[in-house]
Amino acid sequence: MSVDGQPAAPALPEFSEALLDTSLPVPSGVVGPDGKPAPKRFTVYRNNVVVSLVEAIEQTFPAVQRMIGEDYFKALAREFVVEKPPKSPVLMWYGAEFPAFLETFEPLAAYPYLADVARVEWNWLQAYHAEDAMPLSPEELAEVAPDALGNMTFKIHPAAIVVESAWPILSFVAVNRFLPDDDMAIDLKDAQSVLITRPDLDVELMLLRPGGALFLEQLRSGSTLGQAAEAASVGVENFDLSGVLTDFLSAGVFRTLAS
Amino acid sequence: MTHSFATETSRNDRVSPQLPARAGAGLKGEHVLQILETRPDIGFFEVHAENYMGAGGVPHRQLEAIRRDYPISLHGVGLSIGAERPLDTDHLQRLKSLNERYEPGLFSEHLAWSTHDTTYFNDLLPVPYDEATLSRVCDHIDGVQETLGRRMLLENPSTYIAFEQSSMTELEFLKRIVERTGCGLLLDVNNVHVSCVNHERSAEDYLDAFPMAAVGELHLGGHAPDEDDAGRPLLIDAHDRAVDDAVWRLYERVVDKWGPLPTLVEWDNDVPAWPVLLAEADAADSILARRGKEEARLVG
Repeated sequence: MSVDGQPAAPALPEFSEALLDTSLPVPSGVVGPDGKPAPKRFTVYRNNVVVSLVEAIEQTFPAVQRMIGEDYFKALAREFVVEKPPKSPVLMWYGAEFPAFLETFEPLAAYPYLADVARVEWNWLQAYHAEDAMPLSPEELAEVAPDALGNMTFKIHPAAIVVESAWPILSFVAVNRFLPDDDMAIDLKDAQSVLITRPDLDVELMLLRPGGALFLEQLRSGSTLGQAAEAASVGVENFDLSGVLTDFLSAGVFRTLAS
Repeated sequence: MTHSFATETSRNDRVSPQLPARAGAGLKGEHVLQILETRPDIGFFEVHAENYMGAGGVPHRQLEAIRRDYPISLHGVGLSIGAERPLDTDHLQRLKSLNERYEPGLFSEHLAWSTHDTTYFNDLLPVPYDEATLSRVCDHIDGVQETLGRRMLLENPSTYIAFEQSSMTELEFLKRIVERTGCGLLLDVNNVHVSCVNHERSAEDYLDAFPMAAVGELHLGGHAPDEDDAGRPLLIDAHDRAVDDAVWRLYERVVDKWGPLPTLVEWDNDVPAWPVLLAEADAADSILARRGKEEARLVG
């Protein structure tokens, strides 16, 4: 007991360190009703912290969870939580580092596509919570005179994002998250880049055509339609500008148009 | 997935933000469509502020639709008022924005900490009841009330351990916070039961001595039974099941003695179908209504 009126020694640093590091002893001065040290009681807090954070990771990455199995995922998420606990109390923002963690997790080195699958799931969540905005309609673009089209620039919709990959990540996410009963064959040599958008409330995933990722990146950085199309054509055989533009308009990639 | 709530016109332009002295339920995403379709007769909905801190999308669209027809109570779970570090000003600003956007009838947070240094632990961790902590907690509450421009309610915790360094009781600690900051209290009756069993105290004595004049809301919820190191009962504040009979009895004791207050039923884990949660709220409502009728009879 401290003497009333005297500040006591800070208890929280020791308490917080022992929450995630189970090799540390139960903090001193933590007692049960008999005034004796209470290790099992302290374990309740340790469990609450780890279990609730593991659940947060499970909720954000259900396709990865299904691919490696619930038990393995739980053990993996536990390691991640202890190594990279959240910094913000807003848990919808927790897990940004999970894809990179998967990439360097040695025991899963034989499954190099898992990190990109996790990137799709992470960005799905970002799109889900992104700012609301009405996407540019195809009609608005159709009003532009054909000879002025090449000089147009676009403001990109706040939910639109691309995940590029050398692996069939859209198929993996589709089968393991959205169509679990589908037994579609997945070809590991099928490199897929995924466009993620949210034109209204529902997040949409779409396979990007070749060059589409670079095209969007160029437009995002302020290039005109003409400049972006030219950049995307480099290194891509038959860059399909009209196909990509149709895809982008139907998926809600653009927010507004400027000349 | 269809979002029928997005375009639906509503009964009221916007209901009053004030919470009635009735039962409400914790709002869960999986229940929202059913709630908007069936428009249950319920006093209010309470939401965890941190679930609405994204920029847009489904959560806000749903909460706007709920808010058009019901008062809401905004309940923070991540501000870490008991922490040693200063309040997170970014987080406080996010709470301020939500308060302005949704005009909740009440704003409440916990007597607990959840962040230390830069780590957020996602649990409501206990504080020692000593002078240094009291002074820090009061400073933090002052900061919250100044920033939000409103009185907040502070919730009594459920705890599993005590700190040897504590120099006063939880009740004394809470009373002094109220005196110094002018904040109100959220009396969580389940937390009272959980903490009193865990610390081998009388819940009835605790409730009888609680500073009820400061209480603006009651909470009810379920807990999970366990055992401590010595095999003594240890109750866990799990919010994963129906309200326990012992907690209902304590709740009736509070309502009988002090009259009806807005009462929330919490069910955050193993969330049941909406009718099950609504039935729990209805059970609280009938206790409140019984007491309300008695009051009317006495006055009449």
